[in-house]
Amino acid sequence: MSPRARTVLQPHATPPEAIRNFCIIAHIDHGKSTLADRMLQITGVVDDRAMRAQYLDRMDIERERGITIKSQAVRMPWETVDAEGRTGDFILNMIDTPGHVDFTYEVSRSLAASEGAVLLVDAAQGIEAQTLANLYLAMENDLTIVPVLNKIDLPAAQPEKYAEELAGLIGCEPEDCLMVSGKTGVGVEPLLDEIVRQIPHPVGDPNAPARAMIFDSVYDTYRGVVTYVRVVDGNLNPREKIIMMSTRATHELLEIGVISPEPVPGKGLGVGEVGYLITGVKDVRQSRVGDTVTNERTPAAEGLGGYRDPKPMVFSGLFPIDGSDYPLLRDALDKLKLNDAALVYEPETSVALGFGFRCGFLGLLHLEIVRERLEREFDLDLISTQPNVVYDVTMDDGSVIVVTNPSEFPYGKVAEVREPVVKSTILAPSEFIGAIMELCQGKRGQLLGMDYLSEDRVELRYSLPLAEVVFDFFDQLKSRTRGYASLDYQEAGDQVADLVKVDILLQGENVDAFSSVVHKDKAYAYGNMMAGKLKELIPRQQFEVPIQAAIGARVIARENIRAIRKDVLAKCYGGDISRKRKLLEKQKAGKKRMKNIGTVEVPPEAFIAALSSDDGGDTKKK
Amino acid sequence: MPRLPDGDPAPASGELPSQSIAALGSRPFGIYLHVPFCRVRCGYCDFNTYTLTELGPGASTSTFADTALAELDLARSVLGDAVPRVDTVFVGGGTPTMLPAADLVRVVDGIRERFGLADDVEVTTEANPDSVTPESLRELADGGFTRISLGMQSAAPHVLATLDRTHEPAGVGRAVAAARDAGLVTSVDLIYGTPGESLDDWRRSLDAAVSLAPEHISAYALVVEEGTKLAAQVRRGEVERPDDDDEATKYELAEEVLSAAGFGWYEVSNWTRTPAGRCRHNDGYWTGADWWGVGPGAHSHVGGVRWWNVKHPRAYADSLASGASPAAGRETLTVEQRRDEQVLLGVRVRDGLAVDDLDDVGRRAVAGLVADGLVDGVAAVRDRRVILTLRGRLLADAVVRRLLGVDT
Ligand SMILES: Nc1nc2c(ncn2[C@@H]2O[C@H](COP(=O)(O)OP(=O)(O)OP(=O)(O)O)[C@@H](O)[C@H]2O)c(=O)[nH]1
Ligand SMILES: C[S@@+](CC[C@H](N)C(=O)[O-])C[C@H]1O[C@@H](n2cnc3c(N)ncnc32)[C@H](O)[C@@H]1O
Ligand code: SF4
Ligand SMILES: [Mg+2]
Repeated sequence: MSPRARTVLQPHATPPEAIRNFCIIAHIDHGKSTLADRMLQITGVVDDRAMRAQYLDRMDIERERGITIKSQAVRMPWETVDAEGRTGDFILNMIDTPGHVDFTYEVSRSLAASEGAVLLVDAAQGIEAQTLANLYLAMENDLTIVPVLNKIDLPAAQPEKYAEELAGLIGCEPEDCLMVSGKTGVGVEPLLDEIVRQIPHPVGDPNAPARAMIFDSVYDTYRGVVTYVRVVDGNLNPREKIIMMSTRATHELLEIGVISPEPVPGKGLGVGEVGYLITGVKDVRQSRVGDTVTNERTPAAEGLGGYRDPKPMVFSGLFPIDGSDYPLLRDALDKLKLNDAALVYEPETSVALGFGFRCGFLGLLHLEIVRERLEREFDLDLISTQPNVVYDVTMDDGSVIVVTNPSEFPYGKVAEVREPVVKSTILAPSEFIGAIMELCQGKRGQLLGMDYLSEDRVELRYSLPLAEVVFDFFDQLKSRTRGYASLDYQEAGDQVADLVKVDILLQGENVDAFSSVVHKDKAYAYGNMMAGKLKELIPRQQFEVPIQAAIGARVIARENIRAIRKDVLAKCYGGDISRKRKLLEKQKAGKKRMKNIGTVEVPPEAFIAALSSDDGGDTKKK
Repeated sequence: MPRLPDGDPAPASGELPSQSIAALGSRPFGIYLHVPFCRVRCGYCDFNTYTLTELGPGASTSTFADTALAELDLARSVLGDAVPRVDTVFVGGGTPTMLPAADLVRVVDGIRERFGLADDVEVTTEANPDSVTPESLRELADGGFTRISLGMQSAAPHVLATLDRTHEPAGVGRAVAAARDAGLVTSVDLIYGTPGESLDDWRRSLDAAVSLAPEHISAYALVVEEGTKLAAQVRRGEVERPDDDDEATKYELAEEVLSAAGFGWYEVSNWTRTPAGRCRHNDGYWTGADWWGVGPGAHSHVGGVRWWNVKHPRAYADSLASGASPAAGRETLTVEQRRDEQVLLGVRVRDGLAVDDLDDVGRRAVAGLVADGLVDGVAAVRDRRVILTLRGRLLADAVVRRLLGVDT
């Protein structure tokens, strides 16, 4: 701990001039959470004994994967000299944010609670796609950017080179970029000083009716919903009644305080302060992110501009392998939803997979994390269907159907199909331009522009159908660029596309779980691939089972599972009898939970294998 | 070698629950004798057999007969006076003819002394074609043997080589002829599906077997038993794994060739020229007969109790020498287990199963089995019996699962 870390300024009694609210933004893995660790230590809010790497990544899943999923805000004291040359005590509210593209909405919320952003760039990697995306967001929010090169301790670090790149990007001098190592702590104290100097203090009217912006809302089993706020005007105090401005619902403030880095209850929060509230509500939907909190006694006339709920981009059916687990799955989803406003779901029934839920996610990583949490925290075995996007289908009569489940994609009489598109940014060494263009073309991409960041690094901007991006785009991008490319994308409306639904039929019966909406030119490849895969996975039956891929009534691919011809033990004499009977007893007891498609019996494992072997993949770390 | 089943401990006295022996005599009663010696172990074989002829006191080829007689004493005292005369004796192995013929005869004499033999008793021995001579066969026949089952396996030299068989094809003909001359009913065993065996190889083996004019032919699909040399060869990719489709084709060919030659099936893997030519002893396994299995690793069944002896000939001889039963474990079948066995065994034979012996699940399954061509519809309707069609024989295990409700 530095001698400059002192806790003199108390919440509720901190003048806005002494507050600096900032977030740390970067591409995934560039070291945000590690830098946050050093800040926590230097400012003394976490002592050396309690310290552990990525202290703020508290969820098991974050620790295992080594990534941040949820933003975390922490109040830290710091003594320094401000831009006007005054020495004094300051309060830094730091928010560590996630870097993965699926969680960009977490970054947006954090930005809305800050006046500045530390833009962190790995000095061995340089600027990457999410660096640009997050920088862009920060600039949209009018934040002051503090450019920082991290990991300068690495032998492969090229801080001068990337300082130039960074300076070119944000329009500063290369010397303005700070050099730090989150690992060793080098440069972190000067960075804290610069944060105080460069980032403006919050401005608000202390005498106006209270207005605080909810930027996060988390369900906690013991304490109910914990709501994170940033006070803009006025102040909030314990025991008083507050109003959620969008719903006009009133709650009593049972507890109010700051996170440092554990919750510390206090006497209230004043202008510019960041902290938490507990009102006893049990559902995060009663304390919605983006809403404005005000006082019941003197309510504000107008709320602060909120932000939109994140929109699910990717849908997938989740089914319990054991059908009797359906109620468990429902309860589990209800519980996860308390903490994850971005998760949406509704019941779905599949001929092949039984009862389950069609769930909407922010992206594939989000899907994977929700699924993993359901399996681990609720002990469920699940099958998830091939992820898909949302289609708007206009019928000949002008009616529009919104399709979130490919099996509901209508046949015939379709006037127009619209699919979501994204604007994507790909950063890579320039030697890979050809390979990337080829890939994007194959994925129906349209080049929007290309810029050289430096002599040998290029930024390509493409418009791509989201469906192509969520399939296996990222894996292919990585493999074609030997891992050097990074990708970011944002939704960018929709486009008309020549899409068809391919059904997979087993002995003439549609296996709904395998229906897929694909571009006309890819229908044949998909049909062939799926039919071939099922042929390998479905055990032979006592009769021949044709597998067909079809668009409407037109069969585009077929395979045959030949009938099983022999299933008999050749010898069965005295000593074989007990053994044989015991085997049957075992089979009876563990009676296979077959899924029936017409008369074809399919072990769930076959469906799982068919659905999982290439379920696409930008889920890995970027 | 297949492991022994898990079961309850068997009492040292070998005593049986009284209800299991109560109905002795109402069913055929047999004696099985297991002789655990072979000159060479065939790569595919997992039977309880040893190539050493000296395995310790009471467990060598020269003393084995006496050990077997000691177990027959035990059998006699456990079964008591109600014991019926013996309908069938089957000496199997291993290679029983590794023992001097006189020893085998001595055991049959011992059975006669202790239990009596039925007038029409069937006494079979297994033998390898190169383990018998006209003299030894005559001695067996004179000593009460009525039947011999010879391990022919194939007529193709390369198949015999793959199977590690020591005999040459022509030896089988000589052995069958000598056995017939001695007055024995003859049977040959065939194996199909050996890696490298063509359909023509198999056809020639069938033709060769038919031309020997035995009373009885067994034809087994080659099973790759765990722990055998063959299994290791398959695992290492040295030989190809037998293919189910190929074996199905070969089974169909066997049915075709054998029926054309006047043989009819009476069990999934067994054909005979006349109904009287069946192996009655083996038939007993499929129809719930009682039998006492003598010898190491031998299995027995009496009135719903199944038990099995310790496997090693030395352990086997030691326990008998100490006056204890050599049984390693046993199980007393529940009503449901008996019905399951009745279904799984009964379905394999030509006479099939009575529909009325099935439970509700089984009875409901029959219509579907008929519709799928696995069960003979006429017999099901007219005789109320479940009898497999040719296709059903090839899928007999699936039929059993459906009759027992394991599969739907
Ligand atoms: N050598 C070195 N390694 C660092 C430094 N900072 C972070 N790392 C390593 O970089 C990896 C990623 O660090 P994190 O702090 O989890 O990165 P992050 O930006 O928070 O990642 P996300 O939250 O997933 O976006 C870890 O293995 C860190 O140990 C540094 O200054 N020097
Ligand atoms: C117990 S063996 C003894 C017969 C004798 N020792 C012989 O090999 O000629 C009886 C028959 O079982 C058959 N057999 C043994 N192992 C087999 C296997 N793994 N697969 C198929 N049949 C097998 C052979 O046809 C063999 O003739
Ligand atoms: S001779 Fe018969 S019992 Fe002996 S190993 Fe060969 S097949 Fe098995
Ligand atoms: Mg992190």
